[in-house]
Amino acid sequence: MTRYLVRRVGQAVIVLLLVTIIVFGLLHLLPGGPARAILGTMATPTSIKAFNQANGLNHPIPVQYWDWLTKALRGNLGYSYQQNQSVASLLTQRVPKTAFLAGVSVLIALLIAVPVGLYQAVRRSRFDDYLLTVANFGLYSTPAFWLALVLVDLFAVRMHVFPAEAPQGSNFSAIFSDPKGLVLPVATIALVSIAAFSRYVRSSVLDQLSQDYVRMARSKGAGRRYVLTAHVLRNALSPVVTLLGLSLPFILSGTLITEQVFNYPGVGLLFFTACTVQDYPVLLGVILVVGTATVLGSLLADIGYAVLDPRVRYVRAEAAPA
Amino acid sequence: MTSVGEVAATLTPAAGATQRRARLVLDTFLANRAAVAGLVLIVALTLFCFIGPLLYHTNQVTTRLGLEHLAPGSGRPLGTDEVGYDQLGRLMVGGQTSLEVAFGAAAVAVLFGAAWGATAGYFGGLVDGLMMRIVDAMLAIPALFLLLILATIFRPNVGMLILVVGLVAWLVPARLVRGESLSLRTREYVLAAKTMGVRAPTIIRRHIITNCIGTILVNATFQVADAVLLVAALSYLGLGIPPPAANWGSMLSNGLDFSYSGYWWMIYPPGLAIVVTVVAFNLVGDGLRDAFGLARRR
Repeated sequence: MTRYLVRRVGQAVIVLLLVTIIVFGLLHLLPGGPARAILGTMATPTSIKAFNQANGLNHPIPVQYWDWLTKALRGNLGYSYQQNQSVASLLTQRVPKTAFLAGVSVLIALLIAVPVGLYQAVRRSRFDDYLLTVANFGLYSTPAFWLALVLVDLFAVRMHVFPAEAPQGSNFSAIFSDPKGLVLPVATIALVSIAAFSRYVRSSVLDQLSQDYVRMARSKGAGRRYVLTAHVLRNALSPVVTLLGLSLPFILSGTLITEQVFNYPGVGLLFFTACTVQDYPVLLGVILVVGTATVLGSLLADIGYAVLDPRVRYVRAEAAPA
Repeated sequence: MTSVGEVAATLTPAAGATQRRARLVLDTFLANRAAVAGLVLIVALTLFCFIGPLLYHTNQVTTRLGLEHLAPGSGRPLGTDEVGYDQLGRLMVGGQTSLEVAFGAAAVAVLFGAAWGATAGYFGGLVDGLMMRIVDAMLAIPALFLLLILATIFRPNVGMLILVVGLVAWLVPARLVRGESLSLRTREYVLAAKTMGVRAPTIIRRHIITNCIGTILVNATFQVADAVLLVAALSYLGLGIPPPAANWGSMLSNGLDFSYSGYWWMIYPPGLAIVVTVVAFNLVGDGLRDAFGLARRR
């Protein structure tokens, strides 16, 4: 187990390093660079040169990367070209907000998806299972940006129940200044996640229901409800833990769109605005944070799975996958 | 003179067996009502977008500001948009771009991904480790974040957009094909070909990729669905193809600008078009996967 763990963590670090190299390389692929985007169309060759010199953009790319990396390891992610703040301070403002948005949405999604998936598995191939599967399939194919738009149209424009803009402000507590403003963004991410989760819970429970231990417990006289909650659900949920870790990229993509639609001041919106003005230090900083989160997510998913299911641990120790 | 590669090719199962298997796959697929419904939807959508404009003539070139934001009525079943284009006609023209880009991107993603994955899996060892760590690294960046970076670097026209979406989407097929080729490379016919001195690229093309065809086809179908979503998301965020061209995502983006005016015909038709397309391709993908007897991977 320890060897597996060390190997897995080592891989994660390499992957993360590659993420920064790839993104850094991509951003510096094209000549011209951010100077024109920042200084505007009236920029003179001299001012562009000065900008590049001031930001170290005149050095060869490997030198620039090394410079960025060594500083980043010391916690210095550079200074935003456009917003008058350091990237680190921008991130410390924004990350908790996105974590909150994503966390609450996923929690709500799970609270709904697990019972729905369980119910569907128990009612397999009946009319209500069929109906829920269809609804699920539709929701699964619905893009978050359209869902957000529909929610705004229905609940903000037509019924005036919830505002169409998320609470604003730079400190974390500001997002609670208008709890009603959180409803639609949370609902958007929760709804798209429910579709993915409940599909998974359903098939996971179905897998468990066909296992011998279920028949065994039933034949010993254990009640249906008891077998479901004590045995089946417990075993069916360990793959769900994995799913949670692995679906982090999907959830983060969802938050990007949602933050943009509702003007929620999180990491996604920061990234989007940085993209439109080619604010490289901010882009790199956000990718570093988001990439770390994703890599950690899949790492924890693997470890959590091994901890929850002893059989996996045994197999993994025998033949650790590449 | 026949090349060694051609001799090796005759070692794969006889043509009769391949045909029987194809027949079986087709029969299983056609017996799946949901999958057939998906296929019918795809045909209908394609006809709507590409044949529709021949029957339903609308002006999608000159803007007419006097006709902006008209509610649906006679002569304009879905109303008009913010510069006076007919929404129904726009839906057809926009759908052409959406579908073209989605098909193109799926093709790029699957071809490149399959080649990458098969190469990594075939060689194994250090090559595999290096190639797959690159895939891991790119997968660690959430799709939309990667897409936005690429879209800011390559200012999209249709060709660029196909490339950009393909560059984000090739990672999953690469992983799937690599997984299969790890086991395929130990099969007798691959060893036989290797012993006969067939060069690696030929083995990869003829034996590895050919035998992953089920996985590749199924994934290609899902890729189209995903590409429709990615293209729409990008256009929705305003980083798609610039204005004179339209697609369902950019139409929604316009709908967002006027969401407070209650112009429902600008929000619902393009959104539903996207959902129906994605549902259709997902249904066909599910059907194909069951027909090929592959495990549920998503």
